[in-house]
Amino acid sequence: MHKFLIRSFVSSLVLLFTLTVAAVAKDVKAAFVYIGPTGDHGWTYQHDVGRKAVEAAGFKTTYVEGVPESADAERVLRQLANSGHDVIFTTSFGYMNPTNKVAKEFPNVKFEHATGYKREHPNVSTYAARFYEGRTILGTIAGTMTKSNVIGYVASFPIPEVIRGINSFTLAAQKVNPNIKTKIVWAFTWYDPGKEAEAAKALIDQGADVIAQHTDSTAIVQMAEKAGVYAFGQASDMDKFAPKAVLTSVENNWGPYYVDRVKAVANGTWSQKDTWHGIGDGMVVISDLDSQMPADLRSKVKKLQADLASGKVHSFTGPIYDQKGNLMVAEGKTADDGMLAGMMTYVKGVEGDIPK
Amino acid sequence: MIKIVKRDQPSRAIFFLTPVLAIFLTLVAGGLIFFILGFKPFEALKFFFIVPIADKYGFSELLLKATPLCLIAIGLSFCFKSNNWNIGAEGQLTFGAIVSGGVALLFYEQEGFYILPIVILAGAIGGMLYASIPAILKTYFNTNEILVSLMLVYVSKLILDYLVVGPWSNPEGFNFPETRQFSDSAKLPLLFEGLRIHAGIFLALAAVVISWFVFYKTYLGFQMKVSGFSLKTAKYAGYKGKKMIILVFLISGACAGLAGVGEITGPIGQLHREISPDYGFTAIIVAFLGRLHPVGIIFASLVVAITYLGAETAQIFMQIPKYTGQVFQGMILFFLLASDYLLFFKIKFIGSKK
Repeated sequence: MHKFLIRSFVSSLVLLFTLTVAAVAKDVKAAFVYIGPTGDHGWTYQHDVGRKAVEAAGFKTTYVEGVPESADAERVLRQLANSGHDVIFTTSFGYMNPTNKVAKEFPNVKFEHATGYKREHPNVSTYAARFYEGRTILGTIAGTMTKSNVIGYVASFPIPEVIRGINSFTLAAQKVNPNIKTKIVWAFTWYDPGKEAEAAKALIDQGADVIAQHTDSTAIVQMAEKAGVYAFGQASDMDKFAPKAVLTSVENNWGPYYVDRVKAVANGTWSQKDTWHGIGDGMVVISDLDSQMPADLRSKVKKLQADLASGKVHSFTGPIYDQKGNLMVAEGKTADDGMLAGMMTYVKGVEGDIPK
Repeated sequence: MIKIVKRDQPSRAIFFLTPVLAIFLTLVAGGLIFFILGFKPFEALKFFFIVPIADKYGFSELLLKATPLCLIAIGLSFCFKSNNWNIGAEGQLTFGAIVSGGVALLFYEQEGFYILPIVILAGAIGGMLYASIPAILKTYFNTNEILVSLMLVYVSKLILDYLVVGPWSNPEGFNFPETRQFSDSAKLPLLFEGLRIHAGIFLALAAVVISWFVFYKTYLGFQMKVSGFSLKTAKYAGYKGKKMIILVFLISGACAGLAGVGEITGPIGQLHREISPDYGFTAIIVAFLGRLHPVGIIFASLVVAITYLGAETAQIFMQIPKYTGQVFQGMILFFLLASDYLLFFKIKFIGSKK
């Protein structure tokens, strides 16, 4: 009798335990690690919008903001992996090595690293967006709207991601206006409103009447608004910060991808992937087109957007020449992803040299 | 009635008690801020100051974080004690890391016991070279060391940017701004399996012992003390001021450079753009919180280190914005400076008579 009681007690305990484990397994928790503050209205802000989409889909989320890419990143990642998170999104390039290091120690936790290339363990995926497709749209608009034929471009760091953007932008602008020149100022920062504003001012002083940016703050569009020139929002719709200057913005839309991946973890279907999505998959979104743009330009842009989405148009279609006139992509060909990933030369029409 | 009376002499007991008072006031004010933000104050403080170090791993992370702070603050105390305002430890850290990282890269994929000592020495020399600039400019050209050392911080970061983006970037790294990973022989050994705490902590402890000896047992320490009280007296006593200024800057730079070595050859293992979350600036708070005393600095570095860890834990478990960590650091310094008032004045309660 006693034995029976004990046995049934033990088995009910086991049952209870299994039920709890099953309930926990369904209850997937996602964590996000951010490089900046969630209120930067740029890179981190948009990742946080993506996180909120995951919450809206019924999952629990946690985030840590302002995590430096120094030795601290590893500790934050380990703490998140250790405190019951099933999938961790690390949203800056500099988290690449810590992500892979911690992933090795927590094989049951999934790691998703944005903009990196290392997937050293089966539980690490990487993802990035084809922002250069958005820049093809911006280049088309800039080439049409400029009167001085000088377009300014505030760049962050001389890495392929940024060079690719400059090239994609310039190629599109040249297509509608062969006389344009793209002038670059390297700010050597991703987010520094003071430096970015100075860079924009320097470009405006050199005659640029359209300013593009590959840095994250709203300082550049605000400077453009003050100077009465056009600009484009970066990462989020920046129209409200400079209603006259901003013609449109290229938005980073991470939500659908995040929801997808967290759901995959919940269903047990998650597997290692290297994702590079563009306009077609909705990871890159073009904001509303400003009414200052002529109607025919607006309809042209809409069509270009649809063609980029369907793959009918590719941002890098030959013939493409570098600054010295050497052929980079032959006529009728398009650049493959390998070439895009390592792109470190300017195309013809970009002024200056890449800082080395 | 409350009356404020000037003290005849600054109180020595109060001198060492005010840091404790400042920490206490910071906790009270911090709790109040949490309360206003809508968090349970005691729970928040628990996640901030206790949970992060409740296990072995957490405690090892505390020591890892405190190591560079302690090392730099010890170096800075040499400068601050003798009236030399070296604000550029962050730059000396960065430049030390650059020189040491460059040497480590020279030994890429090589093994040998001699590599690590060379890498460490290179970092110390790099920090000293960089600190010698404000020192020499101050002694021979009468420039202001605060401005020069501070400006050089930004210069050092630009040099680092240039190197990791350009000539030193990893050839297999798709042009991302980072160098190759150092070989194991160029990295500081870990003290325990599975923890990140590394041999760099011994450098910090050695600095503590040496500085105590220098401050209280040597002629140099005495000179520094006199110069700290009054430069005129020091001159009158016939001390060779220039030599001492350069020496304290070199010591300070070496310590900061070693802190940089500890980061890149310890937990990071390569050079990239962000090797220090402003340790060089935070160490200024540590130095003053520790009253420029070697033992005080050990405690102060632990207290300040925990504000970093606590901010992360509080955000993960309670969704408290991580930047409150910086608010805490600011409050500690503020309350410390404010309570220094008690050094020179005392508050007397006088019974009201009708």
